[in-house]
Amino acid sequence: MPADQPSTRLHVVTGKGGAGKSTVAAALALALAGPGKRVLLCEVEGRQGISRLFAGAPLGVTEAALTHGLTPGPGAGLGQPGGEVFALHIDPEAALREYLATYLHVGPAVRALEAFGMVEFATSIAPGLRDVLLTGKVYEATKPTRRGKGALTYDAVVLDAPPTGRVTRFLTANAELAGLARMGPIKNQADSVMATLRGPQTAIHLVTLLEDMVVQETVDAVSELRSAELPVRSVVINRARPQLLEDELANSVAAGAVRPQDVATTLSRAFSISPGSRGSARPPDLGFVDTLLRWGTQHTERRRLENVERDRLYALGLDLTELPAHPGPVDPTTLRDFARDLSQSRIAR
Amino acid sequence: MTSRPRLDVDALLDDPQTKIVVCCGSGGVGKTTTAAALALRAAERGRRVVVLTIDPAKRLAQSLGIEALDNTPRTVRGLRQDPGRGSGSLAATMLDMKSTFDEVVVSQATPDKARQILGNPFYIALSTSFAGTQEYMAMEKLGQLHTQATAEGTYDLIVVDTPPSRSALDFLDAPERLSAFLDGRFIRLLMAPARGPARLLGSGISMVTHAMSTILGSHVLEDMQTFVAALDTVFGGFRQRAARTYSLLQAPGTAFVVVATPERDALDEASYFLNRLGEEQMPLAGVIVNRMTELEGGEVVTVEQALDAAAALGSAGSQADRSARVCAGLLKVYADRVATATTQLQYREDFRTAHDGVPMASVPALISDVHDLDGLRMVGELLAKGSPKSGRKTPAKDPTKPKR
Ligand SMILES: Nc1ncnc2c1ncn2[C@@H]1O[C@H](COP(=O)(O)OP(=O)(O)OP(=O)(O)O)[C@@H](O)[C@H]1O
Ligand SMILES: Nc1ncnc2c1ncn2[C@@H]1O[C@H](COP(=O)(O)OP(=O)(O)OP(=O)(O)O)[C@@H](O)[C@H]1O
Ligand SMILES: [Mg+2]
Ligand SMILES: [Mg+2]
Repeated sequence: MPADQPSTRLHVVTGKGGAGKSTVAAALALALAGPGKRVLLCEVEGRQGISRLFAGAPLGVTEAALTHGLTPGPGAGLGQPGGEVFALHIDPEAALREYLATYLHVGPAVRALEAFGMVEFATSIAPGLRDVLLTGKVYEATKPTRRGKGALTYDAVVLDAPPTGRVTRFLTANAELAGLARMGPIKNQADSVMATLRGPQTAIHLVTLLEDMVVQETVDAVSELRSAELPVRSVVINRARPQLLEDELANSVAAGAVRPQDVATTLSRAFSISPGSRGSARPPDLGFVDTLLRWGTQHTERRRLENVERDRLYALGLDLTELPAHPGPVDPTTLRDFARDLSQSRIAR
Repeated sequence: MTSRPRLDVDALLDDPQTKIVVCCGSGGVGKTTTAAALALRAAERGRRVVVLTIDPAKRLAQSLGIEALDNTPRTVRGLRQDPGRGSGSLAATMLDMKSTFDEVVVSQATPDKARQILGNPFYIALSTSFAGTQEYMAMEKLGQLHTQATAEGTYDLIVVDTPPSRSALDFLDAPERLSAFLDGRFIRLLMAPARGPARLLGSGISMVTHAMSTILGSHVLEDMQTFVAALDTVFGGFRQRAARTYSLLQAPGTAFVVVATPERDALDEASYFLNRLGEEQMPLAGVIVNRMTELEGGEVVTVEQALDAAAALGSAGSQADRSARVCAGLLKVYADRVATATTQLQYREDFRTAHDGVPMASVPALISDVHDLDGLRMVGELLAKGSPKSGRKTPAKDPTKPKR
């Protein structure tokens, strides 16, 4: 590829179920769609997690404009409009028809296969074949020149991928097919898909939470992906607990070194400075102080356990990015905040 | 008016008519933990229990003594029997999808045929690396355990965990999908040479086989045909067993427990399960809302008041003394917790309103994860008293405190 032609980056976002794959994939697409850029956000699980995030209609099975990308903040490019984010729900049946039409070049044979339930077989019964089709379509979307009239090309493609438990199988389905097919056009296609997925233009990001089991699954997935020669790039820590109490203070709270009487005194000062319009329901009593200290201790303990998990993730030697826990479900505004966080990290490069 | 029935876990587990408990729910909500906790509680209350777990966390598997994938239930030691309730027992196993599949093949086919199937590339792909197989096999394993329990009287209660599948009731659809697969025209097409004159299938056949050979190469077609033909003989039996397991799930001795966390998505998913279970006429015991943020009756001031007070302390400036900084931080922690708990309660109430009359129980979020018998026992206790009304007085001992 000539040096002046930037390659389409393929970002694969995976993670344990519910960790925040769709959220991170969507935020990453927004972050990558800076001024003048066009990004495609793909979903393959048929769950419509993305349209839910954008509070919009379900994604279609053809590429369609979804929203605009992030507008640059203060600094370079202020005032320029953001780029374009397109979205696509990759449907295995549509992908199969496209695939068959490409390899058979004849309508009747495709129709005959359809009549015999091949489409149904391939897409619902044999999930491995479904994965072949889905990754094949993603591959096709990353090409710098694409088949079909009016087909768009993208600066980046972001894939909201299956969860960690299945992602290696998903991404290597074409390698398996290449093994089964041994030769012919199917094998060539399968080999090209694998070359792209394993190539330098692909980056896999794992979304994790700071919980033992999720981190364990992340660590396992990293080694599984690495031994399948797939390019793992970064880990996104999602829903990180905010630091509300400086470490040193938190430690003395947890150690019981803070005297309840002192807290009570300071509190009554605080509540008398700010009786405000909302007023204080009742003067803070020692019961309240006790609650504060107990919850403070629990918060500290949770943060400590999270830090143990952070250390395990640091040990992977990958880029780490954190997104804060947001109270309540993630709406489009929060998503843009997350996109801004990501655009400042290395994963968006 | 909404009724607020409470899921009475002990009544469910103590009822000798309860033979199977299935824990389902979306990914990561606590299905495995709940299944293990219910199983332990039932065993300590005198039942002879086996729990089938699916991909348990490593440390939990270790403490149950099932880290080796050998597909046989292992006796769990360290139970604390409830005196006066007879002697219960607990065995645990972890689903091994590949060997479960192999066992079915071996038990159904002649040795020759079995060898042929086990070595076929399509079989290997299907049994090891294709998604969805886990669901088929979970149901197969449940059927096996049930047969064993009935025949040998080894267990009187089976607690089943379910895989974190895409839509988590895939295990219900798995047998159906398998039957559809075996009965489908495409399969008949693949088996055409084995089953007589191809022209019976109509004129499309030669075009189709030609097309497939072009795409796949003829040896692939052969492998596939061998595979399908071999499977057909074996899986006639499998299909019957899957159908039997399905009706077992509908039987009155079965109780489904839907697990969710108090978040919008997990509860949406739980709603979907409730509807599906209703449609399939599967008996529902109730919903467990796991990992609730507890207020322990400690809410004294509102979130806004706490944040105002924290701000007032902060605005004392850089010379703010240590005590002010401690208090401001504690108030922020307080506000964060009250805000989270309030949102969660709201979600739970909305859910309850939408599913009037469905029994519910709640389990508070513990500080550390649940990875040993003590932890499971605690979850079981909290479950048993976890009335969703939650107006509970602060317990004498804080259950959310980690053990050191
Ligand atoms: N940083 C965050 N703060 C608060 N809530 C979050 C955050 N990230 C994700 N969520 C919420 O967590 C839930 C799961 O997120 P999301 O759908 O992105 O996960 P997922 O990994 O795609 O899940 P699935 O495996 O079901 O596809 C959603 O309700 C989402 O709004
Ligand atoms: N009430 C609780 N308080 C604190 N941690 C909990 C609680 N319930 C479960 N956990 C922890 O949450 C994690 C996920 O629980 P679990 O493995 O039971 O979920 P699951 O629904 O089986 O997940 P999967 O869908 O991945 O199979 C575990 O680390 C477990 O210890
Ligand atoms: Mg998702
Ligand atoms: Mg589980």
